Amino acid sequence: MSNLAHQHIGLPKGSIEKQTTTLNLGPTHPATHGVFQNIIELDGERIVSAEQTVGYIHRAFEKLAERRPLYQITTITDRLNYCSSPINNMGWHMTCEKLLHIKTPKRVDYLRVIIMELSRITDHLICNSIVGVDSGAYTGFLYVMQYRELAYEIYEEVCGSRLTTNMGRIGGFERNFTDTAFQKLEKFLKEFPKGWKEFENLFTRNRIFMDRLIGTGAISAERALNYGFTGPNLRAAGVDYDVRVHSPYSSYEDFDFTVPVGKTGDNYDRFLVRGEEVWQSLSIIEQAYKKVQEFKGTEADVYHADVPEYYLPEKKDVYTKMEALIWHFKIIMGEIDMPKGEVYHSVEGANGELGFYLISDGGRTPYRLHFRRPSFIYYQAYSELTKGAMLSDAIMTMSSLNLIAGELDG
Amino acid sequence: MALTNEIVKQKLSDKFGDQLTNWEEPYGMLTFTAPKELNLKVLQFLYDDETLKFQFLTDLCAVHYPERKGEEIAMVYTVHNLADNLRIRFKVYTDAEKTEVYTVSALYEAANWMERETYDFYGVHFIGHPNLKRIMNVDEMNYFPQRKEYPLEDQTRIDKDDEMFGRGGSIS
Amino acid sequence: MRPVRFNINPKEANIANSIMMGELPDGHLGDGFFATKLSDVVGLARKNSIWPLPFATSCCGIEFMATMASHYDLARFGSERVGFSPRQCDLLMVMGTIAKKMGPVLRQVYLQMAEPRWVIAVGACASSGGIFDTYSVLQGIDQVIPVDVYVPGCPPRPEAIIDGVLRIQDLVQNESLRRRNTEQYAALLNSYGIE
Repeated sequence: MSNLAHQHIGLPKGSIEKQTTTLNLGPTHPATHGVFQNIIELDGERIVSAEQTVGYIHRAFEKLAERRPLYQITTITDRLNYCSSPINNMGWHMTCEKLLHIKTPKRVDYLRVIIMELSRITDHLICNSIVGVDSGAYTGFLYVMQYRELAYEIYEEVCGSRLTTNMGRIGGFERNFTDTAFQKLEKFLKEFPKGWKEFENLFTRNRIFMDRLIGTGAISAERALNYGFTGPNLRAAGVDYDVRVHSPYSSYEDFDFTVPVGKTGDNYDRFLVRGEEVWQSLSIIEQAYKKVQEFKGTEADVYHADVPEYYLPEKKDVYTKMEALIWHFKIIMGEIDMPKGEVYHSVEGANGELGFYLISDGGRTPYRLHFRRPSFIYYQAYSELTKGAMLSDAIMTMSSLNLIAGELDG
Repeated sequence: MALTNEIVKQKLSDKFGDQLTNWEEPYGMLTFTAPKELNLKVLQFLYDDETLKFQFLTDLCAVHYPERKGEEIAMVYTVHNLADNLRIRFKVYTDAEKTEVYTVSALYEAANWMERETYDFYGVHFIGHPNLKRIMNVDEMNYFPQRKEYPLEDQTRIDKDDEMFGRGGSIS
Repeated sequence: MRPVRFNINPKEANIANSIMMGELPDGHLGDGFFATKLSDVVGLARKNSIWPLPFATSCCGIEFMATMASHYDLARFGSERVGFSPRQCDLLMVMGTIAKKMGPVLRQVYLQMAEPRWVIAVGACASSGGIFDTYSVLQGIDQVIPVDVYVPGCPPRPEAIIDGVLRIQDLVQNESLRRRNTEQYAALLNSYGIE
């Protein structure tokens, strides 16, 4: 580390006696990923204080959810962390399954794990390559976006859409994974490790990149816990809290993976933790794929739980059986029987613990739905992370925190 | 020995007696209600106590119950003990007109913005909060949008005909 | 099992399929010279060198990133250099939901752009508010600025975004050189409160 970073360049005598400069790192800025504003007080190049303003993309998700029956809420959960929307969808479906006491079969759980880990990979891919772009290296981003296109093709096979996937139903998936989907998954598993290795070769031991990131934006474990950090940001600070390990959902306890933990919580540790999580996710996908292939015969056709009250029955049953017709009607019109109660369920999203707090009063729509959004909670710490840092370090801190504006404002 | 819901309930009842009411366990998570003035004391006790150690604030939100007169707005705190992996939830109720609740942002930094968001949506005033102003909505907004009496849609929009969207209009 | 068989045996890329000769505008071709209208030449030059300003707010911004990346590559159409300063850009691409809090910011960015300027509204939220018919979302950016092309979709596929940019290129090519000084244009801007 050069010691230029620690010299304070004072203003020459006789210059303007203003103490600090106010800089508006406004809502539209190439470095802010999404729209949030920082008003920074600068003393030369050094930041004295920063104040964040959010809400520039407030879309009133929570009030919107009070208007919609359970199935229609999946589309708004997509738009929370839109870089990895299948995780949000699966988390929401699991919350509904917890409320409705539905148990999903193992094959559904393993398929869900494949999709969730794939989206975690794509989210970390974007976050790390954008850290590269913000430090001036555009090439890494172009290399890894190719693999994101491969993942998009897999999503298209499963649910039809690339980005805002609306994937899955309460109890499972809307259709079984086709052979083409598995072929594309195999193609991804074969080609992506090479691409990620190439990306890591470009950045991880790159002298310039390391000098840029090491020591900036550091936070201690106690402060991180007090700020409510979760996910890779907390693990980079040294606390190994991962919802997949602490409260396993969707049969995560059947998989063997390690949770990478950093030491100082600075930008470089966050970059490395995300990079290593990609390798762990790849190993989880391979394990899950092997387990899925062990289901043979009629078990290989299971792609949803057998709950016709909440999952659309087959069309041939709807046309011939009375109960199936009633359930089909109720599900489409959104008049399913919801028990009264309140449930909190959380999943390990790509940037932290994404929680859903659902209060139902027996009506057709939730009485209250609150999203515990990780980006919102850890962005508060930004002013503490950048106190005393240089302006360019502040930009790197912002991009390595993995802030997604859609989730920030909700 | 591992922390369970019974141990937590026992310790809380020993300390606060029957000020804490309405003990339930929906879907396995211990839930209770505390009087409005005690929210910070309960959280402080849960934080400091040697066996309880609930030192992570998972979530803080509010719910509006217009039928409960005098106690319309409920504040819900969800805390988590990371070492023993237990979550509990507790609620305090406050009035819709005079909503004043003690802030917990001195204990948990995470509560700072979550309380601002609650103020923005429900109008709950937090006594002692360092910076209580609107966070999500525009600063000039003069009502609290997520209360049940206000509609979801913007009432001043002219291009969308409510009748076509199946609400209001001539067929109500 | 549904017999889906797309893109499992992709065709090899062939350069002969990827090159298209540009259309020559109407004019008189001679020995070493070509005479045509000035507006045609200016239109041709302008349309193939549009500098976009990506105003990416939410999910459509990620699809824009995919459009700029190598698979779909907007740079082939001349938009290699995306600028983030409105003073230097021609095309304002608004991608994503614009909330009421963001409306004045968008307007300020639009006002700073120099003529000729075009606006493309990418996505359902920018075109009409999308699925967010709520109190805090602007129901379409044409409430605050004039829009030239709307690209629907939630989010639109990169091919759709490229199609929108190609429609803008058609508008750029066929625009009269005097359009920005006409009364109708001034009246259009006045209806938005812009002098």
